Amino acid sequence: MTSHGNVAISCVGLRKQFVLRHTRSLKEALVWLVKGRKGDLSKKFLALKDVSLEVKQGETVALMGLNGSGKSTLLKLISGVLQPDGGTVRTRGRVAGLIEVGAGFHHDLSGRDNVYLNGAILGMTEKQIDNMFDSIVEFSEIGEFIDTEVKFYSSGMYLRLAFSIAVHTDPEVFLIDEILAVGDEPFQRKCIAKIKELADLGKTLFVVSHDLDLVATVCERGVLLEHGQVIMDGDVHDVVSELRRRSLTET
Amino acid sequence: MAGQSDQLVKPGSGRGLLDVYGDRFLLKLLVRKEIKVRYRGSVLGLLWSYVKPLVQFLIYFVALGIFLNLQRGTPNYAIYLFAGIVLVNFFTESLSNATRSIVDNRDLIRKIYLPRELFPVSTVWVSAAHFLPQLLVLIGACLVVGWTPSILQLAAVVLIFGMVAVLATGLGLMFGAVNVYFRDSENIVDMIVMVVTWASPVLYVWSMVERVMGPWFWVYQLNPMTVAVEVFHWAFWEPTLKADQLVADTMPPDLLTVWLPVAMLVTLAVLFLGQLTFRRLAIHFAQEL
Repeated sequence: MTSHGNVAISCVGLRKQFVLRHTRSLKEALVWLVKGRKGDLSKKFLALKDVSLEVKQGETVALMGLNGSGKSTLLKLISGVLQPDGGTVRTRGRVAGLIEVGAGFHHDLSGRDNVYLNGAILGMTEKQIDNMFDSIVEFSEIGEFIDTEVKFYSSGMYLRLAFSIAVHTDPEVFLIDEILAVGDEPFQRKCIAKIKELADLGKTLFVVSHDLDLVATVCERGVLLEHGQVIMDGDVHDVVSELRRRSLTET
Repeated sequence: MAGQSDQLVKPGSGRGLLDVYGDRFLLKLLVRKEIKVRYRGSVLGLLWSYVKPLVQFLIYFVALGIFLNLQRGTPNYAIYLFAGIVLVNFFTESLSNATRSIVDNRDLIRKIYLPRELFPVSTVWVSAAHFLPQLLVLIGACLVVGWTPSILQLAAVVLIFGMVAVLATGLGLMFGAVNVYFRDSENIVDMIVMVVTWASPVLYVWSMVERVMGPWFWVYQLNPMTVAVEVFHWAFWEPTLKADQLVADTMPPDLLTVWLPVAMLVTLAVLFLGQLTFRRLAIHFAQEL
């Protein structure tokens, strides 16, 4: 059975509500209960309302929208970090995110230790990391500094290593959140080339970015979110121009 | 795993502690990281794991054994004391670190989905890595004063180690999860840690408690840590006593036949409850941290 054409990500009627809690102690919560739950202990905020979306295997989708439209929330629901308050998300195959690269780095460990730790966090097995290790180091251009503690790295080196690990995790579905602003221009070009290579290999890409020109070259399909709702879903160029039009009228 | 990749699955819904077993490689790396990082930049390094309990032991021995003269009533009081201290230290270190583990790893939990049970479990393993050298010191000291344990007593040591680890994991899951919502949890655990040392016969002898509590002594025995410490005494301290030092009340009655099984049941119940609480609360970890 060929996997192409199967659904990779399926979102049905997704709703996500955030509670902006003001209290952080047991005492305040008790006082509130004793007073007969008067007043609002928290403020609610609906980040996603009824989002339905289906992504097929091998599709490259750009998720676009202005700040606060719910893009990152949707990505976190797909990766499993957050759980929806309504609706269902389902994914097929291993999903890995290039979400905030370097989250799993520990400053006091060497680059080598961090490659193993971060690789395992992103779901790689020991053997996979062993096999990929040289390729990861080469791609990151870290070279001999791989045995230096990460805290001595420049911010560029840090991001390059983190990105390099992430692109080598080889999942079926790739979630990418604003990471294309990595390092200097040559490295950025290298990253984009790598991402395009992944797309050509038939990986499913789900990209969140504000860099509209960039997503238009990487992705085929665009999805536009506004205030937690999908308002447009179609060819990436149409969606980009629609978003441009909307941002102009808003300012 | 191959069959799994053909299915549509809900992301972020794990199988709790079972997933931790499946992720042993990551667990190993997390434990190694903690051990590496703990004593970074310190000259003595891992030696601190020996120095701290040694100083603690000396203080108690001087204050209680010599000043309060408990060593007169309890032969080999030093062994008695140290056997209890290392076990209680293992428990308290595991529990307090497990309680903080979720909040301490908030950067990861907010961004990447992992079986969150990994964090409390890894802290218990780290504590075990600090406990084992202390256990070696204890065994060395026992051998010096003529320790002749039976196979059964050695097996009991392993069993108790496992039981305390499970107990700390269960409580750590519970308090660690609650700590995400209410940081009061840390303070409650600090209190438990303080109480545990005194609520088990670490510094004194169990018969002193029985004299005071009388028919209510069973309440004292319900604490699994009390039983754990008593069994440790049975395994390490009792075999160092000479025939004329053994008295009828060296060990509490029914320790192995009744109280040990009861303690294991309580421990399993705590683990179950801890996992249950953790799973219910873990759903919203990422947005509450």
